[in-house]
Amino acid sequence: MINVKELLEEIKASPYILIDINAPHTGTVDFALTESGADVRGPHGNWGEKPGTLIASMERERNSKPIRSPESGVLETVELDLQGKFVEAGTKLATVRHYLTSKEVIDIILKKTLHLFTAPERAKYYFVPEVDKKMKSSGKRSVEVRDGMELFIMSRMKRETLLHYKGPEGKIYAVFFHLGENKDPGDPLIGVCPSDQLGQIQDVVNRVRSEWEEE
Amino acid sequence: MELDIRVRKLQERLDYIRDIFAGKKSDNIKVLEARLKEYVESPAEHSVSEQVRKLAQLEEMFDYLETKLDEELTPMDRVRIVRHPQRICLKDILENVYDNYTEIGGQDEYSIDPSMLIARAYVTRRVGKKVINQPVMVIGQEKGHGQEFRNGGSVKPWGNAKALHYMKVAEIENIPIHSYIFTPGSYPIEDYPGAAQQIARNLYEMSKLRVPVVAVISEGGSGGAEAIGMADTRLMLSHGYYSVISPEGAAAIEAKTRQGQRVPPELIEKCARQLKITARDNKEMGYVDRVIGEPPLGARADHYDFYKTLRAEMIQATNQVVLRVKGMKFFRSMALKRRSGRDPESDAVFVRWTLSSRARDNLVDKRHQRFRRMAQEAFQDKGGVWQKVYAKGQQLSWSINSYFRYEFLGKRRKKLARMWEEVEAELILVRDKIGRPFKGLSRWLGNETENGLDPETQKNLTQLSTWEDEESRAKGKWAYASPRSKEDRTVTCPKAQESGCLDLWAPDLFGEYAGVCGYCGHHFPMEYQWYLYNLFDEGSVFEFNGHLESGNPLGYEGLDQKIEQAKNKTGLKSACMTFEARIEGVALVVAMLAAPFRGGSVGAAEGEKFIRAVERAKKKHYPLLAYVHGTAGIRIQEGTNGVIQMPRCTQAVQRYIEDGGLYLVLYDTNSYAGPVASFLGCSPYQFSIRSANIGFAGPGVIKETTGVDIPPDYHQAHQALSRGHIQGIWDRREARKNLYQALLTMGGRNLYFR
Repeated sequence: MINVKELLEEIKASPYILIDINAPHTGTVDFALTESGADVRGPHGNWGEKPGTLIASMERERNSKPIRSPESGVLETVELDLQGKFVEAGTKLATVRHYLTSKEVIDIILKKTLHLFTAPERAKYYFVPEVDKKMKSSGKRSVEVRDGMELFIMSRMKRETLLHYKGPEGKIYAVFFHLGENKDPGDPLIGVCPSDQLGQIQDVVNRVRSEWEEE
Repeated sequence: MELDIRVRKLQERLDYIRDIFAGKKSDNIKVLEARLKEYVESPAEHSVSEQVRKLAQLEEMFDYLETKLDEELTPMDRVRIVRHPQRICLKDILENVYDNYTEIGGQDEYSIDPSMLIARAYVTRRVGKKVINQPVMVIGQEKGHGQEFRNGGSVKPWGNAKALHYMKVAEIENIPIHSYIFTPGSYPIEDYPGAAQQIARNLYEMSKLRVPVVAVISEGGSGGAEAIGMADTRLMLSHGYYSVISPEGAAAIEAKTRQGQRVPPELIEKCARQLKITARDNKEMGYVDRVIGEPPLGARADHYDFYKTLRAEMIQATNQVVLRVKGMKFFRSMALKRRSGRDPESDAVFVRWTLSSRARDNLVDKRHQRFRRMAQEAFQDKGGVWQKVYAKGQQLSWSINSYFRYEFLGKRRKKLARMWEEVEAELILVRDKIGRPFKGLSRWLGNETENGLDPETQKNLTQLSTWEDEESRAKGKWAYASPRSKEDRTVTCPKAQESGCLDLWAPDLFGEYAGVCGYCGHHFPMEYQWYLYNLFDEGSVFEFNGHLESGNPLGYEGLDQKIEQAKNKTGLKSACMTFEARIEGVALVVAMLAAPFRGGSVGAAEGEKFIRAVERAKKKHYPLLAYVHGTAGIRIQEGTNGVIQMPRCTQAVQRYIEDGGLYLVLYDTNSYAGPVASFLGCSPYQFSIRSANIGFAGPGVIKETTGVDIPPDYHQAHQALSRGHIQGIWDRREARKNLYQALLTMGGRNLYFR
């Protein structure tokens, strides 16, 4: 059994990840951001269509290519001594300190603690009618699952197959698919939490939601 | 109590005046404000009769000063008038102009699109001793009085589809259509059937609609207006506007503002003035037939007298359209000419609005001629007199040739050929029966193979052929290489992030690869010359109508220089180049919209050239290709002269297609707005070069008007294909082959005409 609180403390001790930004290819470096501590932004917009903050650009064969921040955070270090120099591919240019958002933390906790039941093949998934009814009336956490229980209907073209749950007994904590959505093999469908851990996980998630500063 | 109501009415009138003058303080407004305030604040000890007298005086003053203020109206004030919630709307008109009506397929917000309103209505009149009911189909945008669900009269594609459906119903029922245009523009979404494609369909169908159409314009915003506006008579309300773009939109383009930035109001006023959007301007340019006078400061819902005028004008306009094409009409048409619409006696002239089949043909012809004559002054014709005479002569000779070849001889030849086909099929059976003994003998002697073919022919038919020409092209030997291929540098594919494309060396990419990324197949935009040289047979391109040049018909500030710059930079005289060319020996007429010339925008010159190209293709019985290297839409600085090209060109195309012509459209780079929503979008065969963008309005405009963010690939060709707007996507390197194939398969064996 994983100690959830310990896991959270661990994340809290270092609530960020460091992302190294390396030269994607050889070329001459020209830094756009020269001071560490600057705020940077990752790709954003509804579809991530707006590019992240420009950190540096590299020129190769008279073709200037931007190097942008992949995540939002703070610029930790910049290798300013490389400014205007020709570097090889893979050379470290900068580091971005990305603070984990509450959503990311919850995601890490849930993925580590819950038992994930994954999709066996690309198809659309539905809960069997009894489960579906129960979920709609009293919420997903009201459904208890046990090994071998009929849980899903896997629907592909006109073929519908019953799917049995395999894994430890517990309550459905998270549902990772939407109605009518195609899931690829290996995508998690539900996260199951053993009954005795439910309260503990809920506590931690609530704490993260209310206390975590990064949105 | 009654006095209170009258005072409140005056207060409303004052608020309205303040609204439409948008905070501008003229002396007249100040006087009204002061006098009303004085009256309201005056002590109530006066006798009632005194108060009534004072109030009557005040009302008179309002009437008088409103008339004076009416003379001060700027074009932008008029725009504010038509957008005001108190403006008359279609429901008001239905209630007050028609005698009975039933709304079809809608009840307030419950409708496929509440902003498009359809009603089957009646005009009931007493003529002599008879009471006559005349049915009409009323179609128009409904804004309501400040109703959110009407989308401000911006019609979604399915609303326009509904309108088209009921236009056809009217055609079946042989009743006239009254269309009322109250729209700032169409709602810009691509969801099926697509804003642009649906307007194109509407225009195409309206150009051959066999019933009279009378349109009234109050707020005529570009594509939305055209969707129901191709009419035999167009009336315009005196305080309305009809424009290619809203003044705010034009100002945003002028000021090159980014999303969310505000445009200064002075610039908007200036654009409204320069675009010549008022009723009087449009009447002078010939795009509307008559202006219907409104009460001072515009007709509002409670101006009941105005509805009488409108009713008389509508009846008269419909009568006139019908009489123009009817056989027996002499006295009545004279009588109508003498009477103005406001004359209550114009009711007395009775014309039955149903048409005979011949009259209906006549009507469609007249509509075509009408639109063909428009905008003739709006472009520069640099051809001399001799050139014109020569062109006329040439056209005459094509007409004669076409008549003899395809009408006179062609029909007979076709008949003979069909007869011979039948006879031949019979003869083959007889020949086989009789010739069987001889055939056996011949085979026995070894002269023939089993199926009767000599060995060489059989080899040709059964073995794979090698296309030498294809091979040389595959090696990248293009007749034209982009100047960018001379640069020694590398280029990054925009899809590199997602597809992992490596850098491409410019000489390779723009030379041998024809601008196609070797890793993911992304098509970089290429110059239009690439197509001129690599699509058509060598030396076969022959330009015509080069003497028609883009101009500045409205005298729009700064456009002269911009046009001059574009001419010098590109060497073209307008964004449209028309030429004859051949593909594998197949002759065709091509109209090309070139993006480098002011974004490939379409103005009067481009429209005229396009129409002439269509007419040439029709006369010479050639297939027609519209190659759209790129178009940003209608050239806004030409105002209505530009937007009128939408119905004009669509009509030309419709005539050509209905006459049996093969019309293909090939989109490249970016194609947006007006042209796609008319003469391009109406083609049954539209193809796109890969990585092109096709749509009605760009992402910025969609965000601005609807508030919705759209995904980055919203307008991509593959999306257009999956929405059913285009029929195929081609690789640039195979465009020539595909075009030839399309000509053969879609044009049939005899190619040009069905």
